[in-house]
Amino acid sequence: MRRKYAWFALLLAFALVAAACGGDDDAETTAAPAAETTAAPATDTTAAPATDTEAPMETFRVAIIAPSAQNDLAFTQSMVDAVTAVSGSVDMEIAITDGTFIVDDAAAAIRDYADQGYDLVIAHGSQYGGSLVEIAPDFPDVSFAWGTAADTFGLPNVYAYEAASDEGGYVMGVLAAALSQSGTIGVVGPVEVGDAKLYVDGFAAGVLAENPAANVPIVYTGSFSDVALASETAQAHASTGADVLTGSAQMVVGAIGVAAENGILWFGTQANQAQLAPEVVVASQVYHWEVVISQIVAKVQAGTLGGEIFVIDLANGGEVIEYNPGYSVPADVVAKADAAIAGIIDGSVSTGG
Amino acid sequence: MSDFFTEAVLIATVAAGIRLAVPLLFASLGEMFGQRSGVLNLGVDGVMLLGAFGGYYAVLKSGNVWLGLLVGVGVGIVFGLITAVMSVTLKAEQGISGIGIYLFGLGFSDLLFQKWVGTPLPIKAFPKIEIPVLADIPILGEMLFRHSAVVYIAFAAVPVSMFIINRTNFGMKIRAVGENPEAADSLGVSVTKIRYATLIIGGTLAGVAGAALAIDLKIFQQNLTNAAGFIAIALVYFGAWRPLGVMGGALLYGFVNSIVLQLKTLGIIPRSWSDIAAMAPAIVTILALVIVAQRFKPPTALTKPFERGR
Repeated sequence: MRRKYAWFALLLAFALVAAACGGDDDAETTAAPAAETTAAPATDTTAAPATDTEAPMETFRVAIIAPSAQNDLAFTQSMVDAVTAVSGSVDMEIAITDGTFIVDDAAAAIRDYADQGYDLVIAHGSQYGGSLVEIAPDFPDVSFAWGTAADTFGLPNVYAYEAASDEGGYVMGVLAAALSQSGTIGVVGPVEVGDAKLYVDGFAAGVLAENPAANVPIVYTGSFSDVALASETAQAHASTGADVLTGSAQMVVGAIGVAAENGILWFGTQANQAQLAPEVVVASQVYHWEVVISQIVAKVQAGTLGGEIFVIDLANGGEVIEYNPGYSVPADVVAKADAAIAGIIDGSVSTGG
Repeated sequence: MSDFFTEAVLIATVAAGIRLAVPLLFASLGEMFGQRSGVLNLGVDGVMLLGAFGGYYAVLKSGNVWLGLLVGVGVGIVFGLITAVMSVTLKAEQGISGIGIYLFGLGFSDLLFQKWVGTPLPIKAFPKIEIPVLADIPILGEMLFRHSAVVYIAFAAVPVSMFIINRTNFGMKIRAVGENPEAADSLGVSVTKIRYATLIIGGTLAGVAGAALAIDLKIFQQNLTNAAGFIAIALVYFGAWRPLGVMGGALLYGFVNSIVLQLKTLGIIPRSWSDIAAMAPAIVTILALVIVAQRFKPPTALTKPFERGR
């Protein structure tokens, strides 16, 4: 009897480790960990570099906790790419815990990084807000950033960030309407909240601004992760005559496959999705969170740990429309998109968001 | 509502329902074999995920969808064997050991995906096969007889399973072991061998279910099955441990899903109802489960490890 439980415990332990490994990736260190050892003696007044008038800048330690895979070509990748970009100009050590779609796992990781004294802990998921309210007050010397959200909970060490994804969505909508022959443009959404809702609403507004007679069926599948359902939603759109599709969140990979199979044009968001279907992806709204992250890092280095809300949009370069070089968009259609971008930036165009 | 009853929409809805049913059908037929012999395997979803990644990776590297399916089979056999060792030889608590397999599959499939693939890349799909003559029947032909090869394999597995369970010596032994293992044992039937066999069949079909799903979607992603393996287990109860019942359950689940999606697409279900409608497949299945399954009882020895002389 005893032996069987021992076996069983071993297997369960192995399974749990594997499950944890699946989500986490190794901490990716872009800076030499040696920096850590030089950081510690900085408090040591007897240390040799006392003669230096300027102490060497400590390595800035950033942790990212995110719900999906770091190379999901969507939400999580957009943040990982951004922090990596910022690390080009700041001496930085980056740790990533991805795949934490279970909020409790994410909370444990957030607390763990804070405990390890990371300078900035990025909780990249609006679902992590509740955990942050509990954790952040316990670590007043650690700065936390979370999004997409517009609430710092009144805490002095929490930053919030969000994307005005309705702006890029609107531009994509204008492009979609201009390229659609049938006038039916389908949307594959996850759940009608947050970033996805903003994007979809902006997209629909853009389509109708360009072609008021267009039909924009919007389907929220009810899941951020059900790839099969996203795929069948795209099939359903195809059956009702849609010749252009878009969608938000990581489950759209299923829908993009259907678009490619049926020669239906696709507009992506959050990251450049051209490589998933080079022949049908027209353009993607790409998030450049580095616009926000570089500001937050500078503020944290200057001693301000939170209390501010940041937004990326077309005006500040945090949102960029990236065309797929493999798909040639007619010049007059690009001009319409450019006009929409200019209009949104100068305030003459309302995205309805 | 009249929009729904157009030819194109009806065809798409039925075809989608059938496609959505396929992974569930494979997995629940496999689970049915195990349960008929008295073993509950809650690890189906984990094996599906491992089969899905294995199948996806094989197709990504070789470009051969059949090799992908074969890898799904291989993964399934290995994990069927592991399940059997735990549940039959080591007599572990079946519910908990199954969850162990599930967690392992969930984590390990994603770990391998991150390490070996990284960014999701699309793969080839199964070839579409048009059944001669039948595919030309108006409407019906397009709904039923223009599917990918794996769809036909899934539905062919139903009569094959019926034949095995009801008409073969092996099937009789499975039923005997599931109902009264002591009696079967006293008549010289090896309970251990039969349960190993059914769990390997179950693992194989779960691996195939996962590979079929990934190859049909042409992609792999963390938690690709989205708990389809657990729905498959519920469908075994729904189908009262009979292949035809299991098929009915898988089709019901697939059709409710596809109808809800199509009604949303046509705007017949308003967006404000979207989230409630998303629960419809689960609710309908549970209701049907309560109504249908009450009239049938599970195999008597289900979840009970066999120990001679006890």
